[in-house]
Amino acid sequence: MLTSIKSPSRLGALAIALAASMFGLTAQATDITGAGSSFVYPVISKWSAAYAEKTGNHINYQSIGSGGGIAQIKAGTVDFGASDMPLKPEDLAKFGLGQFPDVIGGIVPAFNVAGVAPGALVLDGTTLADIYLGKITTWNDPAIVKLNPSVHLPSSRITVVHRSDGSGTSFNFTDYLSKVSPEWQSKVGEGTAVQWPAGIGGKGNEGVSAYIKQIPNSIGYVEYAYALKNNIGYAKMKNAAGTVVEPNTASFQAAANTADWKNAKDFNLLMTNAPGAQAWPITATSWVIMYKTPKNAANTKVAFDFFKFAYSSGQEAARSLDYVPLPDSLVQQIQAYWTSEYKQ
Amino acid sequence: MHATSAEPLARDTEHRSRADARHDLIFRLLLRCCALIVLAALLGAALSTLWGGRDILFKDGLHFLFSSEWNPVEDKYGALAPIVGTLTTSLIALVIAVPISFGIALFLTEIAPNWMRGPVATAIELLAAIPSIIYGMWGLFIFAPFMASIEPWMNDTLGNIPLIGQLFQGPPLGLGLLTAGIVLAVMILPFISSVMREVFRTVPARLKESSYALGSTTWEVVWDIVLPYTRSAVIGGIFLGLGRALGETMAVTFVLGNSYNITASLLMPGTSISSSIANEFNEAVGLHRSALIALGFLLFVVTFIVLLIARLMLRQLARKEGR
Repeated sequence: MLTSIKSPSRLGALAIALAASMFGLTAQATDITGAGSSFVYPVISKWSAAYAEKTGNHINYQSIGSGGGIAQIKAGTVDFGASDMPLKPEDLAKFGLGQFPDVIGGIVPAFNVAGVAPGALVLDGTTLADIYLGKITTWNDPAIVKLNPSVHLPSSRITVVHRSDGSGTSFNFTDYLSKVSPEWQSKVGEGTAVQWPAGIGGKGNEGVSAYIKQIPNSIGYVEYAYALKNNIGYAKMKNAAGTVVEPNTASFQAAANTADWKNAKDFNLLMTNAPGAQAWPITATSWVIMYKTPKNAANTKVAFDFFKFAYSSGQEAARSLDYVPLPDSLVQQIQAYWTSEYKQ
Repeated sequence: MHATSAEPLARDTEHRSRADARHDLIFRLLLRCCALIVLAALLGAALSTLWGGRDILFKDGLHFLFSSEWNPVEDKYGALAPIVGTLTTSLIALVIAVPISFGIALFLTEIAPNWMRGPVATAIELLAAIPSIIYGMWGLFIFAPFMASIEPWMNDTLGNIPLIGQLFQGPPLGLGLLTAGIVLAVMILPFISSVMREVFRTVPARLKESSYALGSTTWEVVWDIVLPYTRSAVIGGIFLGLGRALGETMAVTFVLGNSYNITASLLMPGTSISSSIANEFNEAVGLHRSALIALGFLLFVVTFIVLLIARLMLRQLARKEGR
């Protein structure tokens, strides 16, 4: 193969590159693997690029979906799994697994109503649940008008858009609706895919936002980062404390701060409907799942180092993708969890 | 000829014929293997989907077929909505695509000037080569908004026709069974029309010319001579298209609306077997996954039944003609 390269200088360069990569890799670099949630995929790839530059260790993350991530870590085929829904402490104990949050994101109700500016609409939990239950069918329903006295709302029919694929976004959204609406909880419940009482399903964030953009008088829900990138009008929400909040870094972080992490064993807590005065009610995170007694000690050590790096140096990268880094208090709690629960 | 020289010749011939026989045998075995591979692949796929879906099939049995509920939260699954959606969209596609394909094929073989036949035929074959995701994107971004703009008109006109009016009443979303059916029709058009064109060309010219000589119009020639001559191949082509329509995934997922509904209206969103699988397989675990794999098996069954009906139809037609 090398004989085909004529120029001696190129050959030299190639030899140096080869030698460097061989020695570099065999000396200390480790390739660790992770799989799961597609929600964290963008930020993990950005972190892993920065991490590889710094340490030479590569993180190979495959976004195959939370269910797949859980299955793979249980089977021990990856070094860490990532899931949009936490495992129950008893399930974790059964497999000798531990879990901790990695990054925060928000889910926003997005709408397309002629004459209503993005951000001008205010909704609350029960109204949103009733819209998704198919009970509120027009935009000028008294419940919506009451929340938006100064907005001129048309009498048009509401078209509800939801995700058609199983997703962590749907899971957090339906969890929020279950928390605020007993009727939603009893009729539909929460899950990555549910039996939607109304509306049409779009595949992925891109499918939902395409439908919202095309169908007049529609409402849907997408990840905040996605709504920002695609210029979709999102609504403000009245949170559990009764304050009207806007989706942004501050309100997501407020939700993470005020959620009751201290009493959540194995961080088994969803941040939806968080109590804080400024908290965004549909704030979500995803969880990293790893074996407490590592199957591959060297790889697991690197994985911990990677997440340590992500919590400290990865914050800017997360913000640039419109994710929110975990608040300091939570990071401290996670690091305490590592020392107490994991054999490193 | 000398006996001495004839003997090696005979031996040679014998040798040759034995070698030929051996080659024939090898060739036959090889061909049989090829055929068996297809059979093994088909059987393997059918059995493994059946095996993967055993949990839900054992649990619910026939109820799985006839229940329209699809509730992953409570782990209750029924295949009726996806089956109905698959059959409806494919039927719409056939109703639209068959007459148009017939027209295209006729035009290209009987009416079009010679210089036009080649380029148009190539264009149709190129249509068949477009990946289905492109059809899906076209359907979602261009065709669905167009449908949304004409659906109010459909509601007011077609929606008032007795009996079939209900099919065309619904919210003007632009997405739904009708849109999916039309996109499918465009997708299967090239398959059906190129098969039809090929077989129409095999009709002997003297048959057609005799008919023209007797004073037939072009339509009469086509209907009474060309079509009966090529009927089984034409039906084969139609079912090739139908097979594609039944299994089509991406393009349908984009425009069908993905909702587990069974409604009388074609303007409402629905779901299909393949799009349900594509949508939910990623995050499905346990019984949910089993239900999706069982759906895959049902697609086999549905396709098999449709092909069976086609065979029976052909046989019936042949019997009627007294063949």
